[in-house]
Amino acid sequence: MDKPVNQGAWLLVLPVLLIVAFSAIVPLMTVVNYSVQDTFGNNQFFWNGIGWYQELLDPSTDLGGRFFDALWRNLLFSFLILAIEVPLGIAVALSMPREGWRVAATLVILALPLLIPWNVVGTIWQIFAREDIGLLGWVVNHLGIPYNYTADPLSAWVTIVVMDVWHWTSLVALLCYAGLRSIPDAFYQAARIDGASRWAIFRNIQLPKMHRVLLIAVLLRFMDSFMIYTEPFVVTGGGPGNSTTFVSIDLVKLALGQFDLGKAAALSIVYNLVILAVCWVFYTVMTRMDSGRN
Amino acid sequence: MLRARIVLGLYIVFLLLPIYWLVNMSLKTNTEIVTSLTLWPHKLTFENYTKIFTDPSWYSGYLNSLKYVALNTVLSIALALPAAYAFSRFRFVGDKHLFFWLLSNRMAPPAVFALPFFNLYSAIGLFDTPLAVALAHCLFNVPLAVWILEGFMSGVPREIDETAYLDGYSFPHFFVKIFTPLVASGIGVTAFFCFMFSWVELLLARTLTSVDAKPIAATMTRTVSAAGMDWGLLAAAGVLTILPGALVIWFVRNYIAKGFALGRV
Amino acid sequence: MARIDLQNLGHSYTPNPKGPDDYALKPMTHVWEQGGAYALLGPSGCGKTTLLNIISGLLTPSEGRVLFDGKDVTTLPTEARNIAQVFQFPVVYDTMTVYENLAFPLRNRGLRGAAVDARVKEIAGLLDLTPDLNRRGRGLTADAKQKISLGRGLVRPDVAAILFDEPLTVIDPHLKWELRSKLKALHRALDLTMIYVTHDQTEALTFADKVVVMHDGRVVQIGRPDELFARPAHVFVGHFIGSPGMNVLPAEVAGRAARVGGHVIPLGRGYPPLNGGEKIEIGVRPEFATLAPAGAGGVPVRVKRVDDLGRVRIAKVELSGLPMAATVPEALNVVGEDASLMFDPAMVHVYVNGSLVEGEAA
Repeated sequence: MDKPVNQGAWLLVLPVLLIVAFSAIVPLMTVVNYSVQDTFGNNQFFWNGIGWYQELLDPSTDLGGRFFDALWRNLLFSFLILAIEVPLGIAVALSMPREGWRVAATLVILALPLLIPWNVVGTIWQIFAREDIGLLGWVVNHLGIPYNYTADPLSAWVTIVVMDVWHWTSLVALLCYAGLRSIPDAFYQAARIDGASRWAIFRNIQLPKMHRVLLIAVLLRFMDSFMIYTEPFVVTGGGPGNSTTFVSIDLVKLALGQFDLGKAAALSIVYNLVILAVCWVFYTVMTRMDSGRN
Repeated sequence: MLRARIVLGLYIVFLLLPIYWLVNMSLKTNTEIVTSLTLWPHKLTFENYTKIFTDPSWYSGYLNSLKYVALNTVLSIALALPAAYAFSRFRFVGDKHLFFWLLSNRMAPPAVFALPFFNLYSAIGLFDTPLAVALAHCLFNVPLAVWILEGFMSGVPREIDETAYLDGYSFPHFFVKIFTPLVASGIGVTAFFCFMFSWVELLLARTLTSVDAKPIAATMTRTVSAAGMDWGLLAAAGVLTILPGALVIWFVRNYIAKGFALGRV
Repeated sequence: MARIDLQNLGHSYTPNPKGPDDYALKPMTHVWEQGGAYALLGPSGCGKTTLLNIISGLLTPSEGRVLFDGKDVTTLPTEARNIAQVFQFPVVYDTMTVYENLAFPLRNRGLRGAAVDARVKEIAGLLDLTPDLNRRGRGLTADAKQKISLGRGLVRPDVAAILFDEPLTVIDPHLKWELRSKLKALHRALDLTMIYVTHDQTEALTFADKVVVMHDGRVVQIGRPDELFARPAHVFVGHFIGSPGMNVLPAEVAGRAARVGGHVIPLGRGYPPLNGGEKIEIGVRPEFATLAPAGAGGVPVRVKRVDDLGRVRIAKVELSGLPMAATVPEALNVVGEDASLMFDPAMVHVYVNGSLVEGEAA
């Protein structure tokens, strides 16, 4: 469908543009501004040039060291949750009913974790994983496995990963389900007539159809997991020690806790750039895989 | 078939278990919670819920949250409707770049905006108001709304617009009376997602408020009293935050199921 | 090969059907001869897709039996029957090449190597797909995809019947003709039973040797296209086939004459007196009702309008207030409202409660 050219359409877009620009550009300028200055309080600012950036990107400094540690944690976390949530989401989508009253009921249950405020998600798991008052913590420890997320980094990581899987797999599942449902019945019927096995049906009909939604799901999950803040913060607060301190947690600590504006600002810029860069890489790789199939 | 049932069954149990535990705790007294681990409340009590419903410092948290969520949903949709229409119907200078830039804001970590928003909204005097949070959430919800609405609008044939103009409708009249009802389901889906993202987001909501517009999340952090953590109260507060989401999805479940059936999601 | 028998075949989607309304397919007994080209014609919802799916095995009927060459296949799954089905949506496995698509059914049944290769190349040749054999399924045009769908059915050596469920729906209009001709040619070349479901009478009438007209879950008439045209067995067939459809007028019939609105129309055969209680109608196609100048004999009518359809002119007239369509001969210039209508008595049919009634020859 050919769309006519109409520059007047800018009027329609203007309100959106203004508000997003206002919300995005003004803070961005503020942040850039802070990132090149130093303050000793009293609203006095001194030019610092790229000083903060140098410190940030140098792993031997305190700031840089923290940043790179947090960055690795983020990468590890995103990798882990993607490795679990994508196959699990696909498996769940394939198992979901396609007709009858069960469809709506399943949708409601699956959507529940997605609609819970993120701090409550944290609270739920904070309670659930405790040894003294939580079902999970109690059961695991009574099975003989030492599990304490406040003291042991491994337990903390396991808790956070499981929590994210609990929280977000439904999103992957629902997106894949949408892709699956868009397959007309005729495909399944034709495959039956062609004598195709279950695996052949999955490989040749279902997986290709889910390809586009899977791309969206993976991109979304990667982005969001890289930016994660509230849920792990509520459960572990970044601890024990800083074993679960992700970049966002560190950033908020710097910015709102210590009011270390310059460092926080530089960190913000670099953080944002890292996300954009990794997303871009991801996106290019996946679309190249897509066109490579052609 | 059986394998599907097992996989789905296990997954559903996995999802519901922590929620059941939360509900379980919300109906117990604190004494029972800390003394022993019981699978259901041996001494059933509603005192946690009563406390929340009667204590203004608690229920105002819910009201505040609902306020900014509703504000944001209305704002986002109102702003997005004309913009989505423009993207769907016309080409104009910079349209692709603008669309992409809008979507790219979704990739910005909220943590980055915490501090600047704090300064910004304090500077314009909107700190600690629902409007501040609503506006802040617009940064993420408006692009989403434009994206979803544009998709639905592209499904409405151009001929309808042209017929309306031929019939002499002015643009605003046409847009409100004719076009909007046609994308009603799209507006519904958008409203659902805006509600969802605004209701669950917490960092900005807490950063931009302190006393007057304090959302429920902030209130939930102050359940530590002299006697230690008030788990029952915390659990009850948590359950009550799940309710709005559960209710909304329950009421629209058939629309969403139908949406999947149409293959248009 | 396959001769398909349907015995008392009926289908209801409700578990305990109480009356005819609960049946999507009313019980029928019918034979599809081996090697025949049949069209299953009817409006949406008349049950034709249900019938097709029962024959192919995608649906198990709630009552009755389906026999292939005398063998009861009613409960046999689709993969075990020797049929292929082409659907409304072209089904092509996007990630595979055209060659792999065609080879798919053979490989699934255990064939390998040279046997597969020979068969695929043969079918590709028949369908003019040879140049595309190495292209991927994605990105092909709709008609190419439908040919591939068809090819996957033809490639199986055991296939005895091919069922088509409105296969040309998504094809561009100017390609429909090509595909139709191809199907007809294939039918002549290969000795297969073909059953073609459609709601488009042009498709049905050009493709099929025999047309099965369905209405409301029932088979209403089976016959050659010319039979359906000249002697509709049911008022519905008269309406549905032909453009414009048959004229149907309430009438009283006795002997060799019918009375419509006070006028007498001579009939080609004799009938016992028919009236009272039942719905009596006469049907005559516009092609057999010709307009003549007023007063030329025949039945007086009022002319409402004349449409020039190119090959013929059709007049919309009123006979005693009842609307009709009639042919306007080349030479006639219709002036004013009054004219008279000449009927070909042999082509005026009598219907009782919608069904054709045979009269006595003179």
